[in-house]
Amino acid sequence: MNPRRQQRLAVVVGILALVGAAIGLMLYALNENIDLFYTPSEIIEGKDGQIPTVGQRLRIGGMVVPGTVKRDPESLAVSFDLVDVGEVVTVSYSGILPDLFREGQGIVATGVLTESRKIEAHEVLAKHDEEYMPPELAEKLKGIKHVKPSEAGY
Amino acid sequence: MWKWLHPYAKTERAYVLCNTLLPWFVVTAVLSLSIGTLWGLVFAPADYQQGDSFRIIYIHVPSALLSMSTYVAMAVAAAVGMIWQWRTAYMAMIAIAPVGAVMTFIALVTGAAWGKPMWGTWWVWDARLTSELILLFLYLGVMALYSAFDDKRQGGKAAGVMAIVGVVNIPIIHYSVEWWNTLHQGATITKFDKPSIAPEMLWPLLINLLGFAAFVGAVSLVRMRNEIIRREIHRPWVVLIAKQASK
Repeated sequence: MNPRRQQRLAVVVGILALVGAAIGLMLYALNENIDLFYTPSEIIEGKDGQIPTVGQRLRIGGMVVPGTVKRDPESLAVSFDLVDVGEVVTVSYSGILPDLFREGQGIVATGVLTESRKIEAHEVLAKHDEEYMPPELAEKLKGIKHVKPSEAGY
Repeated sequence: MWKWLHPYAKTERAYVLCNTLLPWFVVTAVLSLSIGTLWGLVFAPADYQQGDSFRIIYIHVPSALLSMSTYVAMAVAAAVGMIWQWRTAYMAMIAIAPVGAVMTFIALVTGAAWGKPMWGTWWVWDARLTSELILLFLYLGVMALYSAFDDKRQGGKAAGVMAIVGVVNIPIIHYSVEWWNTLHQGATITKFDKPSIAPEMLWPLLINLLGFAAFVGAVSLVRMRNEIIRREIHRPWVVLIAKQASK
């Protein structure tokens, strides 16, 4: 490579390194704002030393605790508990749940923190995991039977 | 060591190379896309949770992956153009750009169509979706910047800088699902672990991936050929080709 090309290569690599560093620092500074949701334990114990205050609008993401889904027979109101590694937060919601909403499934809810462990949600989204398998294999491997959303019963 | 590459900086040699490579790419694309799509959409088993809706993976994942690798290819072309000052490299860059933009668009649209029934929303501003949208804007920016210049040499240089700078976004897209918590699920196949997908579902996906890659290559080669002809319209060898074609 002749010296002029070497020089241009150095300039290109230099620009890329500088821009990379700048974007990296920006993303690092914005880190907690880029997270889509709080986990239940982050709501109780705080994230980076900040505990969400009652009345704050936020998103929460966690697993639906099996056996905690309670439906109001008269209306669309539903309440369930969310958990990640320890703490449990109760979410109440009134509306249609997405197809993938199931006990044991990860979900993301947007709403207002009404008490330290209670969230009034106005939107519930299902978070899918990255595993794909046919129903027979899932049954053998995990003991999960595929339940069509229309037959789930909640 | 790279000396053998240098003749391809000449437009005529690059044109001939495009012509030689094109049939291979077309045959691979047609074969793998028809096999992979048919296998994936008809014969692969349904998913245990998502049922048949998961089949959009056979379009969504290849197009999303290709949208990123196409961008890298475009940026490499821009870097070669910048360092070695090859005109053909800038032509390759601008030939690739719209193809990558279409891949990004397909990934975003199929993702939204899947997100509505599965997640419950068309769109959410999480890190993965937002960074993929920025990728689309980068492609469009490169194309717009190139066409904003009347002097195509200047345009190539300006768009090249943008393409190179935008490469920073590629690792952000890939690692967004690990660095931050997102609604989008983590990687299924592009990780060092064993893929978390059953083999009978994985095979059609890999075949389709090859098909999409060959398709992107084929369309880029056709566009590259056109770009060379358009820019070299007055050269004797182009005139000769035109005369032969019209006979």
